[in-house]
Amino acid sequence: MIVLEKRPTPSRFWGAATPVAAVFLTMIAGGIMFAALGKDPVEAIRIIFWDPLFNAQFASYSRPQLLIKAGPLILIAIGLSLGFKAGIWNIGAEGQYIIGAICGAAFGLAFWPSESPLLFPGMVIAGLIGGWAWAMIPGVLKTRFRTNEILVSLLLVYVAEAILASAATSWLRSPDAMGFPGSRNLARHPGTDNPELIAGTGMHWGVLAAFIAVIAAYVLMNRHVLGYQIRLAGQAPRAARFAGVDPNRLVLLCLGISGALAGAAGLFEVSGPAGQISIDFNVGYGFTAIIVAFLGRLHPIGILLAGLLMALTYIGGELAQLMLGIPAPAIQAFQGMLLFFLLALDVLSNYHIRLKRTEAA
Amino acid sequence: MTPLLEIRGLTKAYPGVVANDDVSFSIAPGEVHALLGENGAGKSTLVKMIYGLVRPDAGAMTLGGGPYTPAEPRAARASGVAMVFQHFSLFEALSVAENIALGMETPPKPRDLAQRIHHVSRAYGLPLDPDRMVGDLSAGERQRVEIIRCLLQNPKLLIMDEPTSVLTPQEVEILFHTLRKLSAEGTAILYISHKLEEIRTLCDAATILRLGKVVATCTPREVSAAQMAEMMVGKSLSQPARGATEPGEVLLHVSGLSLEPASPFGTPLRHIGLEVRAGEVLGIGGVAGNGQDELLAALSGERRVEPGMIELRGERIGDTGPEARRKRGLLCAPEERLGHAAAPDMSLTENAVLTGRTRRGLDRSGFVGWGRARAFAEEIIARFDVRTPGPGVAARALSGGNLQKYVIGREILQDPDVLIVNQPTWGVDASAAAAIRQALLDLAQNGAAVVVISQDLDELLEVSDRFCALNEGRLSAPRPARGLSMEEIGLMLGGAHDMHEAQLRAATEAAQ
Repeated sequence: MIVLEKRPTPSRFWGAATPVAAVFLTMIAGGIMFAALGKDPVEAIRIIFWDPLFNAQFASYSRPQLLIKAGPLILIAIGLSLGFKAGIWNIGAEGQYIIGAICGAAFGLAFWPSESPLLFPGMVIAGLIGGWAWAMIPGVLKTRFRTNEILVSLLLVYVAEAILASAATSWLRSPDAMGFPGSRNLARHPGTDNPELIAGTGMHWGVLAAFIAVIAAYVLMNRHVLGYQIRLAGQAPRAARFAGVDPNRLVLLCLGISGALAGAAGLFEVSGPAGQISIDFNVGYGFTAIIVAFLGRLHPIGILLAGLLMALTYIGGELAQLMLGIPAPAIQAFQGMLLFFLLALDVLSNYHIRLKRTEAA
Repeated sequence: MTPLLEIRGLTKAYPGVVANDDVSFSIAPGEVHALLGENGAGKSTLVKMIYGLVRPDAGAMTLGGGPYTPAEPRAARASGVAMVFQHFSLFEALSVAENIALGMETPPKPRDLAQRIHHVSRAYGLPLDPDRMVGDLSAGERQRVEIIRCLLQNPKLLIMDEPTSVLTPQEVEILFHTLRKLSAEGTAILYISHKLEEIRTLCDAATILRLGKVVATCTPREVSAAQMAEMMVGKSLSQPARGATEPGEVLLHVSGLSLEPASPFGTPLRHIGLEVRAGEVLGIGGVAGNGQDELLAALSGERRVEPGMIELRGERIGDTGPEARRKRGLLCAPEERLGHAAAPDMSLTENAVLTGRTRRGLDRSGFVGWGRARAFAEEIIARFDVRTPGPGVAARALSGGNLQKYVIGREILQDPDVLIVNQPTWGVDASAAAAIRQALLDLAQNGAAVVVISQDLDELLEVSDRFCALNEGRLSAPRPARGLSMEEIGLMLGGAHDMHEAQLRAATEAAQ
């Protein structure tokens, strides 16, 4: 009989080792799945994890993609992790990402064709405010009327998508587009563009912001009183109230920070890699960031690594679809396995596993 | 006489601790047998094995002459073993009869059940209305529900775990009448307690456990409480001592404090007034669930009230939060150690920051100084003899007594002007309890005002200068603690809850 024994203190070793173990188990289980689909598992794994970075043929295209895809994931996941640590569940980062992008783009387009150096910083601020304001809706409803922030923030994603569609087809539509949906291209206009800072790396302002967010979150969680209060509220809400933490203030703060960062990620995307507001501008970064946050154990450094890993599986997955004809749902299942194994292995950090002989009754 | 239950060499080990080591004793039919020991001595594990909740590693039990190996509580109940737990398992939103039906294998029709509840409660002097909602009952009445639930099974052995901790002295009397009647009818009772005087009045025999082993057996009537305490602890305990001090100025003044409960079955506070002077200990007695948690929440600042309801040195602070009150010198230690006074998964260092941040200067412009926090945690551990490998250990890894010493120590070392503690020694072993009481007395001696909220009346009489009772959210007028008799205290606590004098007499007579 296998017996789980609760550890008196969570194991530090397993806390760090489970993500690595989860990646390996995903490779094995995913390999079996690819084999069942009639593909060579070793080659499939190599294409997903190795080729995007080191294959002479593809790496020049796909290496910059790594930072381009990881940047928004990390930036959003860092914001979400603060709330998740405090037991505040913002599931609607996708919506805040969209609204941030729309607000930032609208700000830039309002001054079109200005090329002022102040324009881009203004767009960033507008993006931050847009995402923040969108997250304040579930925040205020929760603190005022005790609504559930999970449901409200999630449903607002669909509202945001509807707003995005209307922006792309009517009020932000480019006058030069001859009736086609989509705004002017911000990335091709000096003053509103979010350029690649170091050629050939994919590094843009948003990636830089993500790295700064990682460091800031690390300092906040480990050194600052607010980070302490966030952890306390998540682990022991009653003790947090006893310590003097105002739960409503914490809800607004955590939702606000995660919303603002998601909004900024949207702005960096719309003014850089995406270039314009279009109907299908959002590609699910806001949802994937939830996985990234948990894959990184809600720890800033973990999120940094998880964001890079997740971006790699995206790029590698596309490559595998292209090269081996692996169907897209199989790639999604592969990514799902990663989260599954991670959560399943979580048990190791809180429990000992012991084999025990069944006692004779 | 052949024993009803015989236990031979029961052993149960958990990782790192042997909870029961070769425990043997026997109970005769109709015997009231006390199981005595400090917290962690292994009493709970032992009765859990008898009740089928835990399986022993070694040893054997016989019941009524045959082998007895209950695999689960249902099997134990079928063999005639019933148990009343310290913590009740009742649904507040259901009636008494519904709660009892839920615990039965094959519940009879509601009307028949109500009839039987009525009958049993009459016969054993435990009046109870089957149709009342459990949420409206006092702790004593809830215990009656649990007892009647057991009695409906006609048990041969009734196990009671710390039954009197939630009762007023008058209710204890009623319970004892019931238990004596049961015993006279041949039902054996295994009675777990650490209240020695109760055991001396009630029990025929006692088995004393220490660190999982049987260290002594005795006939309680023939030995003194002090002797039993020595057997239990393994050394003689010193009584807390204090010098005489003149109470100083009024530090904490509460008037007209009313507060609606946060949950539907909480207790509202009604017009509470009290004042505590420097150098004085005010004891607030009362059965749990009479507003203690609400009172602590109002005083700590977790729940805000009107500004003028609470005054600290004349300053109106009723609408301020916990941190603001700490800054002004009002500190609290709540009853629930894990999850309220301390965060279970955080280290002792992190838990030191929980309340000590402001007064001990553990943060500078918003950034926590973990070095200073660790030093503070180490100081608490050293000064209050907290047994732990170090300040990096998670709070949940500490035993109840050690964590309580840590929590109380954390507040005392912040040098409070007013300290409010709720159940300071609940679930704490005797020597740790003595240390905590002494620390509270020393604090008062040095000029602080101390409020002790407790269910343990002996404790309150030992430490308080003045005593008042909290009953259904109302606080009685304070009286000098010295010279107060248990009888008087019982009446201050509301006597036997919801029973009129005549009913009480009838119940007592019925039980005799």
